[in-house]
Amino acid sequence: MYPLQLSAFTLTTCLGQGVQANREALRAERSGLKPCDFESVALETWIGAVDGVDAVQLPAHLSRFDCRNNRLVQMGLQADGFAEQVKRATQRYGADRVGVFLGTSTAGILQTELAYRRRDPETGALPADFDYGGSHNAFSLAAFAREYLGLEGMAMAISTACSSSAKVYAAAARQIALGTIDAAVVGGVDSLCLTTLYGFASLQLTSTQPCRPYDPSRDGLSIGEGAGFALLERAEGAAPGSVMLLGVGESSDAHHMSAPHPEGLGARMAMAAALKAAGLVAADIDYINLHGTATPANDAAEGLAVAAEFGRRVPCNSTKGATGHTLGAAGAIEAVICAMALIDGRLPGSPGTQQLDPGLDLNYAQHGSDAPLKRALSNSFGFGGSNCSMILGVQA
Amino acid sequence: MSAQPALKMQAWIDGIGFIAPGMPDWAVASAVLRGEQPYVSASSVLPVPTLLPSAERRRASRVIKLSLGLGLEAVAHAGADAGTLATVFSASGADGHNCHALCEQLATDDRQLSPTRFHNSVHNAAAGYWGIATRCMAPCQVVGAFDASLGAGLLDAMAQVACTGESVLLVAYDSEYPQPLFAKRDTPDCAGVALVLSARPGPNAKARIQLHTTRARAATMADPALEQLRQQVPAMRALPFLQRLARGESGSVVLDYLAPQQIELDVTPC
Repeated sequence: MYPLQLSAFTLTTCLGQGVQANREALRAERSGLKPCDFESVALETWIGAVDGVDAVQLPAHLSRFDCRNNRLVQMGLQADGFAEQVKRATQRYGADRVGVFLGTSTAGILQTELAYRRRDPETGALPADFDYGGSHNAFSLAAFAREYLGLEGMAMAISTACSSSAKVYAAAARQIALGTIDAAVVGGVDSLCLTTLYGFASLQLTSTQPCRPYDPSRDGLSIGEGAGFALLERAEGAAPGSVMLLGVGESSDAHHMSAPHPEGLGARMAMAAALKAAGLVAADIDYINLHGTATPANDAAEGLAVAAEFGRRVPCNSTKGATGHTLGAAGAIEAVICAMALIDGRLPGSPGTQQLDPGLDLNYAQHGSDAPLKRALSNSFGFGGSNCSMILGVQA
Repeated sequence: MSAQPALKMQAWIDGIGFIAPGMPDWAVASAVLRGEQPYVSASSVLPVPTLLPSAERRRASRVIKLSLGLGLEAVAHAGADAGTLATVFSASGADGHNCHALCEQLATDDRQLSPTRFHNSVHNAAAGYWGIATRCMAPCQVVGAFDASLGAGLLDAMAQVACTGESVLLVAYDSEYPQPLFAKRDTPDCAGVALVLSARPGPNAKARIQLHTTRARAATMADPALEQLRQQVPAMRALPFLQRLARGESGSVVLDYLAPQQIELDVTPC
C-alpha cells in the first residue's frame, strides 16, 4: 500500500497562508496565538485565528457553501498553487479518478450557531438563507472542495474529532492501493466557532495563557483554525527529494470519551501500527511531531507512549504553541509541517514550552535546529479515543 | 489510463443488523423485503444498549441506541467478537438533538455548556461509545458524505477488508433533527444497517459482494413506501441491495452514492 507520493502540499494557519509564511514563522519560533477576540466569545483564552478569512468570496455558483469553514477551505486550496496542481492531476487521470478525503470536527457549525440567533420570533424557524448541507454538515467542506476543484469521483469526510485529518491519509491510501482512484486530495479544515471554544472551556481544557506543550506548568490548549492539504499519488516516478507517505497506523483507546488512556496504550498501538505499515522500526524515525495539545492528561499519556516506543533517542516536540490546536485540521497541518521539516532539513521549535516536564523521559526539542531528516512521524489523537500516527519520508 | 487494480474490493457478509421505521430488526426487514409481509411504517424501535454500564445505558441518546443496536445485531448474527473487529461508522450527521441543544444555548447569554453535551457532539461519539463498551482497540473509522454517506462507508469498509484481510464491522445509520433544524434536514426517524464483512468465506457467510464504481442509474424499490424510505434516509440507500440479500438473489445492483459516481455491488449468495 505504501509508499505514496505527496506530489503537492500546502497549509494555512494563524502563522500565515501557504508554506513560505509558515516556514518563516516556524523558523523564527514565532507563535501565532493571541488573546481571544473571536466573534462575541467572552472567554479568557488564546486563539490561533487565520487573518483574512472573512474577506474570502466563494465563486457565485458555489454560494450555497458560504461559511467561515469553506472560506478557509478556499484560502487553503489557493495557497501554493495547490488547486492548479490538482487540476493538472485531473487532466492526467480524469475527473472521476481523483478522490477527495477531508477531515473536520467543526465543519461550518459556526453558521448554524449564528443562524440560531436569527430564528423567527414567531415560529422559531431558521432563516431562509441557512443551508444545512452547504455549511453545517460534516461533508460540506469535501462537497465544496470537490466542486471547486471540478472533481467527479469519490469523496468522503472523516470526522473522528482531532485525529480526523490524519485518518484521511489512510482512507485515501487504501483506495489508491485498490486502484479505484489514481490520486487523492487529502487534508483537513477546522474553523473557530463557539461550540469548540465554549466546549473545551466547559471541560476545563483551555489555558488562560498561550498553550505550553509538555511544560510542567501546562494547563490546557489554545484553539486554532487552519487548513492543510496534500495531493497523494502512487510512488512510481517520484523524484529524489519528494515527500513520501510511508505508513499510517490507527487504533482506538476504548477508554473514555474525552480523556486519553492514562498510559497512552492506544497512542502506542497507533505508532507501532504506523511503523509496521511502513516496514520500519523505531530507530528509523528522526523526528516526532507530537499531538502535544498541552493539556496535562494528553501530554502525559502521549509522553509515556512515545518513551515506551522510542525511548529518548528521537527528537520530538509539539508545534501547537505556534499554530494552536487546529482540532480536526491538526493531522493535515502537522503532516505538512513534517513534510517541510524533511525538505528543509530542519526541526521546528516548540514556542510556549519553557522546560520539559521532568516526569517525561523524552528528547524534547524546545528549539529548532538544522538536522538531516529522513523520516518523521506525526501523532493525532481525538475524542472517543481515536488515534492515528503517520510516517512521512524523503525519497532517496 | 488507470492501473490494474492490485486487489479486488470483495467481501463476504457474515452478519446483518437492521433498524428502520416499521422494521425493528433484520428478521422482520428480510421478511418484508422478500414480500412475505407488508411494509407498515411505524416509529423506529431502538433497543436498550445492554452493552453499556447501567448509568450510561439510562443516559444513552437515540443515536447511540441506534448504532449500538445495529452493530450488536450484526455481530451476533455473524458469531463474531466485537472486541476485536475493526469498525467503520458512517452517518450523515451526529446527534441531532444534542446539536440543537448546544446551538440553542449558544444563542443565549448563558453559554456555559455541559461538558457531556460537548463531548457527545463529535461525529464519532457513537463510535467512541462502541469502543468503550466492547473494549475494542482496533481501528475505528468514522465517515460521512451527506446523502452519500452509505456509499462512503461501504467504500472504506470494503477497502479495509481488501487491504488488511481482516473482518470489518460497517455501521451505516442516520437519525433525525428536532425543529428548527428538521425543516432544513428532514431525515424522518432513526434507521440504519450494519454488516460484518470478511475477506474470506466463513461458516456464517451469507453472500459474497464485489464493489465497483459506476455511472449507471441506481436501483429503486417497487413498493412506494419502501422507495420513500430509501430516499428519505441516507443509510436506506442500501435497500435495493438488502432486498437482493433477503431474497437470496445473485446479480448486480447499483446504489446511489455521489452523483455522477455510483456504487455497484455484485451479489453472490453463499
